[in-house]
Amino acid sequence: MSTLTDFEGKTPTWCPGCGNFSILRAFKQAMVDLGLAPHEITVVSGIGQSGKFPHYTRCNAFNGLHGRTLPVATGVKLVNHTMPVIAEAGDGDCYGEGGNHLLHAIRRNIDVSLFVHNNQIYGLTKGQASPTSLAGMKTKLTPHGVIAEPLNPLLLAIALDCSFVARGYAGDLEHLVGLMKAALRHKGFALIDILQPCVTFNLVNTYGWFKERVYHLEPDYDPEDRAEAFKRAIEFGDRIPLGIIYRNHRLPMEERIPLLAKEPLVRQAFARGIIARTILNEFY
Amino acid sequence: MASRQPIDIVIALDQASIANNQADLSESGIIVYDSKILKQAFTGPEFLDVPFVELATKDGGSKVMANTVATGAVLGMLGMDPSPFEDVLKELFLKKGQAIVEQNISAARRGSDFARQHCERCAFSAAPPGRPLMLINGNRAIGVGAVMSGCRFYTAYPMTPSTGILTYLAGKSDDYGIVVEQAEDEIAAINMALGASFAGVRSMTGTAGGGFALMVEGLSLAAVTETPIVIALGQRPAPATGLPTRTEQGDLLFALHAAHGEFPRLIFAPGSPEQALYLTNKAFDLSEKYQIPAIILTDQYLADSQWTYEGLDLSRLICEDHRLRGERPASLSDDYKRYALTDTGISPFAVPGDIRQVVIADSHEHDEEGHITEDPELRRRMVDKRLFRKLRSLRSEMAPPTFYGHPDARTLFISWGSTYGVVREVIGNLQEQGAAMLHFTEIYPLPGTDTFDYVTLLTKAERTVCVEQNATSQFARLLKAEIGFSCSATVNKFDGRPFLVEELLEALHVYLD
Ligand SMILES: Cc1ncc(C[n+]2csc(CCOP(=O)(O)OP(=O)(O)O)c2C)c(N)n1
Ligand SMILES: [Mg+2]
Repeated sequence: MSTLTDFEGKTPTWCPGCGNFSILRAFKQAMVDLGLAPHEITVVSGIGQSGKFPHYTRCNAFNGLHGRTLPVATGVKLVNHTMPVIAEAGDGDCYGEGGNHLLHAIRRNIDVSLFVHNNQIYGLTKGQASPTSLAGMKTKLTPHGVIAEPLNPLLLAIALDCSFVARGYAGDLEHLVGLMKAALRHKGFALIDILQPCVTFNLVNTYGWFKERVYHLEPDYDPEDRAEAFKRAIEFGDRIPLGIIYRNHRLPMEERIPLLAKEPLVRQAFARGIIARTILNEFY
Repeated sequence: MASRQPIDIVIALDQASIANNQADLSESGIIVYDSKILKQAFTGPEFLDVPFVELATKDGGSKVMANTVATGAVLGMLGMDPSPFEDVLKELFLKKGQAIVEQNISAARRGSDFARQHCERCAFSAAPPGRPLMLINGNRAIGVGAVMSGCRFYTAYPMTPSTGILTYLAGKSDDYGIVVEQAEDEIAAINMALGASFAGVRSMTGTAGGGFALMVEGLSLAAVTETPIVIALGQRPAPATGLPTRTEQGDLLFALHAAHGEFPRLIFAPGSPEQALYLTNKAFDLSEKYQIPAIILTDQYLADSQWTYEGLDLSRLICEDHRLRGERPASLSDDYKRYALTDTGISPFAVPGDIRQVVIADSHEHDEEGHITEDPELRRRMVDKRLFRKLRSLRSEMAPPTFYGHPDARTLFISWGSTYGVVREVIGNLQEQGAAMLHFTEIYPLPGTDTFDYVTLLTKAERTVCVEQNATSQFARLLKAEIGFSCSATVNKFDGRPFLVEELLEALHVYLD
């Protein structure tokens, strides 16, 4: 059995009050609740305040490039599919720089849990607009307000028939722990867009702003109803739903590769001698 | 070993095939055509009019079998046994049913018979068949090399001329236990391959210059995270899309300098499919041993050229696992450090999940465990570990160039990579006149001189001529930068076509006394 202290890492350099603290706390709690030990999981992250995540806990980790969490996570999962793989990304990281990878990770339905620290701003680089910044938001680079409409990640994911789509909120820790556990238990690609107040650079979407808007999906809400899921995903204004918005039962990528049916690639022996006997035959 | 200028047989299915090739026809060369298809009859001893369509459709066959007739005609002209071709037809058309197979076989026979009867100047005849030889191209040799080196993960975005590696390996995935994934772009490909490598298997990607440009940030990531990766970079003429299906050696300095930051890398440039096999193996071995990226630099010419061999000796391939996996990690101390500072610069490389400690890879400058650091002293020591310590022993791993030709040559021709065959053939013709060649396949870091002092040889030669399939003599520049040696002349070709024996002979002849 693991405990919270097993997941203790370096001291975070995030600003006091940052939403990332509760995401980190929720993550550790979820791992402990699932009975996972640090060496049994891999966290892949990119670059951003969110990208520092794995250094502030303890687990196998690949802290790679800005925007490239999902390809790395896909590679890890295909090689060792019994190992839980979690991608921690920023909104700029995953919806901007690496947007293409999101589309294709969803299409593949690789069994990776993607937790997006969505603070609707570029935190690390000190406050530029992100793909989820609300139109009109003023930043140093957009003195007249952001012109482009914000990306709606949930709507996009449901449109691509993503097999698990949820929204969490850093201000609701217990609920977030539940979502993370559900995402890890889910077989297939799981996206949790986590609303994460940035107390320094996003003075629009504050704890107060969210408090007035967020609500939990009703107990009888059916996440397998795709049409209803679209309706809820569109809601991002006066009311913002939290919970598992959409889910389906598509087979994950690893289960569709015959080679991986028996055991993870990393544990399969390489039949060098046998292959050597026949590999050149076709060239004669 | 190389392409020649004169053409012996042209099968002309359109007018352009005649216009483009007639001038290069050898003295006894022949153009086979169908005057009905071309709507024109040609006179002259070099023309052989074979009614492709008429012979194809004779017993209910279709017009599309004109190709089969034409191939049969060539076999007839050469007096060759038709049965191997008939076997190919059987295999090819099996799915389409027995009737189609039969029709094709009789179409081939009619073509063959017709040519035998009507060809007046068919002076050539095929050599009597001996033992069957292997036929393999550069891409497939790289594929075989990867499989035999224990590559378990290949991912790429299709791009000529490297797509052949992806295709070959995709076809072998189930048989040889390799996960092959078509990535959404080259950035994804290299990052996915790095994820796979981190997770514990040998992995590889392949592309051409344009795709490699997209991979460049990932190359730097491989370097700082010390994650082994093999990249096949098939060159084709650029900038940008250039001549997508032609050949060039224009990306050597790009491969050498690509990516931000300072780190060691390996570059191999095979000169034949055989060398491609062994160098792919070496790339995998050294990349994993030193935990650095290795690039196999080919080009369209090598990728697609078919070479024949009696056989290839697979027992020469090395396959040593440089990772800590399975039982071995038991020996690890409690505080496993992915980037432990060592004398060799090489840190113990554990497979995540195989040990009770955690394995951390980081793209930032990091401490020994893999955590972000800003410490100046640690930074200095990490650069020393990654770069200088590894480079120290890397050079001695590289094999010296191949020498061939006159032992006391006054003129030394220098070549690298895919021009091996053509340069060697030309030097074979010129060695009596005091020519020799020095061919490099292990390009970076340049090999040491302990086993063969090629640097002294270069300095002593009266003339040194660097022969390259590019406009700016990139290998000559590399020699200058690395060993301070300047070649006295260069021969360059950059029209996208490989050197032909005759033209290279003429170009090199100029430099002999
Ligand atoms: C290729 C590349 N481009 C730009 C950057 C600079 N950069 C680092 S993080 C970042 C954006 C951070 O925003 P986000 O992903 O939302 O993460 P946050 O800091 O908000 O958690 C940028 C632009 C980089 N590191 N790499
Ligand atoms: Mg952000």
